Amino acid sequence: MDSSIPASARADTSAAGAPAARASRARRTRWMALGGGVFVLVLVVVALAAPLIAPYDPIRQSLRGRLAAPTLAGADGKAHLLGTDHLGRDVLSRAIYGARVSLLVGLAAVVVGGIVGASLGLLAGFRGGWTDSIVMTLADAQLAFPFILLAIGIIAVLGPSFPTLIVVIGLSGWVTYARVLRSQVLVLRSREFVDAIHALGGSVARVIARHILPNVLSSLVVIATLELARAIVLEATLSFLGLGVQPPTPSWGGMVHEGREYLDSAWWISTAPGIVLMLTSIIVSRTGDWLRDLLDPTLRGE
Amino acid sequence: MRGLLPFLASRLLRAAIALWLVSTVVFVVMRLSGDPVPLLLPPDAPRSEIFRVRAELGLDRPLPVQYAVFLGHVLQGDFGRSIHFRQPALRVVLGYLPATLQLGLTAFVLAALVALPIGVISAVRRNSFVDQAAMGLALVGQSAPTFFIGILLILVVSLNLGLLPTSGRESWRHLVLPALTLGAFAMASIARLTRSAVLEVLRADYVRTARAKGVSEALVIAKHTLKNAAVPIVTITGLQFGTLLGGAVVTETVFAWPGMGRLAIQSIYNRDYPIVQCTVFLSALLFIVINFCIDLIYGLLDPRVRAS
Repeated sequence: MDSSIPASARADTSAAGAPAARASRARRTRWMALGGGVFVLVLVVVALAAPLIAPYDPIRQSLRGRLAAPTLAGADGKAHLLGTDHLGRDVLSRAIYGARVSLLVGLAAVVVGGIVGASLGLLAGFRGGWTDSIVMTLADAQLAFPFILLAIGIIAVLGPSFPTLIVVIGLSGWVTYARVLRSQVLVLRSREFVDAIHALGGSVARVIARHILPNVLSSLVVIATLELARAIVLEATLSFLGLGVQPPTPSWGGMVHEGREYLDSAWWISTAPGIVLMLTSIIVSRTGDWLRDLLDPTLRGE
Repeated sequence: MRGLLPFLASRLLRAAIALWLVSTVVFVVMRLSGDPVPLLLPPDAPRSEIFRVRAELGLDRPLPVQYAVFLGHVLQGDFGRSIHFRQPALRVVLGYLPATLQLGLTAFVLAALVALPIGVISAVRRNSFVDQAAMGLALVGQSAPTFFIGILLILVVSLNLGLLPTSGRESWRHLVLPALTLGAFAMASIARLTRSAVLEVLRADYVRTARAKGVSEALVIAKHTLKNAAVPIVTITGLQFGTLLGGAVVTETVFAWPGMGRLAIQSIYNRDYPIVQCTVFLSALLFIVINFCIDLIYGLLDPRVRAS
């Protein structure tokens, strides 16, 4: 009888059933999430300390040292661990400074999206009725449309700048925050203690600060992490299309774009920042998944 | 069929609201951008000429009137004349549509053909080497930026191995790399979701009953599992097609594929706003129509969704 059950099914039941196996998996997830957090921290330190870490000025050009392959002793007699680009700028230094752009735009966009989404979610939850319908219809409509097209249209007209980029990327991600906060408000509003607080003269702000935010904090952390990965990739994509951070400021997406014409002869110009970007995106979004498994498994369906 | 009509009506309403919102955002952004008239005229044009063109375009009228006129034009498919091509914007954009549809459909079919079997195999052979390798790759495919996947494919397949061309649209060989790039995200998503849909069914009581009856494993998978996992898989796969169109802008730019997305980016550089407007609106329309059709199929296949 037992032999008719395929090995995969057996492994499955044992993994779900045995507490020891589940505990070891939870432990591994915890370590992974911690590792992801450390990676983000390292990235923040690199971005902040860019002037101290970067071996050269990221925008200083050198005609003699153009298109040098990764080397310890280039034509200009200096080490370029990741080579130089078509203007003789050090690729490693540019990639280090590029982390500043990615993190600045990414984190700021997450804050913008979080504030807008959380406010609209709270508003929809507390007000109900028409306000609720309007906010939720907006959310549905935005999800029913590939936002990058609209972002491209908006930036095309307004012109690329840091504030435009941050607002556009931030607004592209407000929906998830709004949904989580709204449903939390709806859950709490049905409880008697909220009415009691009102009756005792407690303000809405107090209900939000004392009862709603603590309940959604872990969900917010998970959403913000996943949004950070999305924002970083969207910024890089816009910069790659020439609609994001403008040269000579180094950004990962912009660097991949600049190296596009030299893929033949100088592959490192595009590949180095591209790999850094890809790793960042994968690690940050995986960290979001791990955090979700640890803190808030109910978000899985989102 | 009960409940299908209200379901469709609510979806149709949602689609209409989405389209109205897109056009409103387009209108607001265009007005924020300032006066387009100096772009249309030579720099030394006299003031009288500027006022004449402003009146001709209706820019001297109050904003609500301009908004109403704009919506009326959009409903008629009138997006103005392209400054660069000197033709109605809609006609220009429609000329670029077939290339985008060709790329999108190829990418979609490729993604589904690769991802569906991989998802099923991963679920049936759960935790095997194949499963772990495929799911690891799928995670990379889901989080790697599309443009960089394209650059890596060009670097390895075209430049190092010399197997396929880097850009253009002359033969089927030009289509392979763009389709792979554009389809990568959909491929990864479909594989992961197929895997979890099949796993879900494998856990069901009737599958256990079938096994207990002594039905062969192949038959359990083919008859009892796949048939029941089909509905969620079809829906998920369909939804990926809409998302894929958003990625076309990036892929077409990387591979110089002469479609709507690349046209949009080039028109931004040319400051040819009627074209930009028209591509944004047409893509939105396409996306919404596709999603509506998927909702329709879903509603027909699975009565449960109509309730929500």
